[in-house]
Amino acid sequence: MKILVTVKEVAEVEDDFEIEGLSVAERFLEYDLNEWDDYAVEEAVQLQEAGDDVEVVTVTIGPERSEETIRMALAKGADRAIRVWDDALADADALDVAIRTRILEAVVAEEEPDLILSGVQAADTGFGATGVSLADAVGFEWAAVVNSLDQDALLAGEGAKVHRELEGGVEELTDVELPAVLTIQTGINEPRYASLRGIRQAQRKEIAETSLDDLGLDASAVEGNVHLTDMYEPESESDAELFEGDAGETASQLATVLREKGVGAE
Amino acid sequence: MSDVLVVADHRRGALRDVSYEILTAGRELADETGGDLHAAVVSGDVESFADDLNREGVDAIHTVGDGAEFNHDVYAQAVTALADDLAPEFVLAPNSVNGLDYAPAVANRLGLPYVSDAVGLAYDDGLVATREMYGSKVETTVEVDADSAVVSIRGGEWAAAEGTGDAEVSAFDFDLDESAVRSTVTGFEEVGGGDVDIADADVLVSVGRGIEEEDNLDLIFDLAEAMDATVSSSRPIVDNGWLPKNRQVGQSGKVVTPDVYLAVGISGAVQHVAGMKGADTIIAINTDPNAPIFDIADYGIVGDLFEVVPELIAQFE
Repeated sequence: MKILVTVKEVAEVEDDFEIEGLSVAERFLEYDLNEWDDYAVEEAVQLQEAGDDVEVVTVTIGPERSEETIRMALAKGADRAIRVWDDALADADALDVAIRTRILEAVVAEEEPDLILSGVQAADTGFGATGVSLADAVGFEWAAVVNSLDQDALLAGEGAKVHRELEGGVEELTDVELPAVLTIQTGINEPRYASLRGIRQAQRKEIAETSLDDLGLDASAVEGNVHLTDMYEPESESDAELFEGDAGETASQLATVLREKGVGAE
Repeated sequence: MSDVLVVADHRRGALRDVSYEILTAGRELADETGGDLHAAVVSGDVESFADDLNREGVDAIHTVGDGAEFNHDVYAQAVTALADDLAPEFVLAPNSVNGLDYAPAVANRLGLPYVSDAVGLAYDDGLVATREMYGSKVETTVEVDADSAVVSIRGGEWAAAEGTGDAEVSAFDFDLDESAVRSTVTGFEEVGGGDVDIADADVLVSVGRGIEEEDNLDLIFDLAEAMDATVSSSRPIVDNGWLPKNRQVGQSGKVVTPDVYLAVGISGAVQHVAGMKGADTIIAINTDPNAPIFDIADYGIVGDLFEVVPELIAQFE
């Protein structure tokens, strides 16, 4: 069985930051493996460890900088990685779901995985769409917001028996035929830390650099219809009464308010 | 081609709140485009749902009776077929868990741009959606450079449509391709259980990512004991396995309405706020003065929880 995991490197914004034009100024950004994808990688690696002949391949659309993040996924146990990049992509509108779908569709055509795991959403853009859009484009079945997967049933060839996390503490139990895309919700497992041995091994694993041309695509594949036109800090709607002073003073003021509300009364 | 088609959300026999909110979002957009507002409801007791959806400003309601509960294969087919038939300018779906499960597929099938999780919509010869990025730290506008699009809207951002409408209700004649239905919903399960029901608590001390390590939770339990309160949490604490699921407050956890909600080290992501904004008094302790939790808090301390909480415990001992 081959499992393809979509892995995105996302930018995280510091508490204090400045916006320059249509983006957060680079100096306030830190890059990391997208949290949701971390859980997707873990689920794939667990299946690889539990099954016979399971290969885990990651795919990332990202510049050279993202190799550090990709190595993290390799260190956790993925077998090899594909990184798609192209000058045309550097200028493309990263918000367009159709662009990501077209690129990943071409990767799926080459790799022919049985299962694709994708994080529910990316922590930066928060679109929450790539997995389902990709599934539909490649004719795979899918399930979105999966927080439980029956690994034994999957490895026994019974398809994907999943729980989808609905709102309000309710889960939906769904059986999905393979090949399929599952979008993975946080909490489905406990992502491992990369071991030192894993990190060393990751250095020797293959990251296949792939261009649009390699995928049989041209620059028109990254022309999109969704464009970012403005970015700003949301206006604070806060009318909270903030307690001033050191920890002791603020705690004392808060305790007074809490007592007025009847908290701690015997 | 100036109409707007909105798709209702329902579960286990009841329409969800976002179904009425999407009517408002759709009506506002249809007023801008100069078109009619069409609502669709797929699966379940569609006649009864259509009655409920028949509110002021709705021009037409289309029912698709296939299926008892949500199944994305049915939804994707039905909504695509309806959009092909009606040729609306915009298709709006809720950015709910179910919306996430079919709206991107509809956009793909129709070959339309997709914008998700919109918190505002404007129209000026084209669609301009407002949405957040980086976990609500920034707000953005995105412009759709196409004649039509599929858009998912965030729940709780538009008022629910009210009043009684005089929409024409009709069953949409649609041939479902059963062979393309390759997923089966086999049931539902309530999560949690456990011995504590945070929904019953009058005072909640709720802990988030700011607590940093599992061992530090002792501090929160000590505070809760001193305050005679119950401990709840935001999602990351449960994801880490530090507290059971029945302690989680939020969209996918419990909705709570205590007298006092003390949020410790919780930034206030929209999914969390959805579960606790109904508390009478909201208090936040957080190091980041720009954390969204302060937007809804009544009282706040901008400070390090590891310094403030021990002082607070001392106040109650």
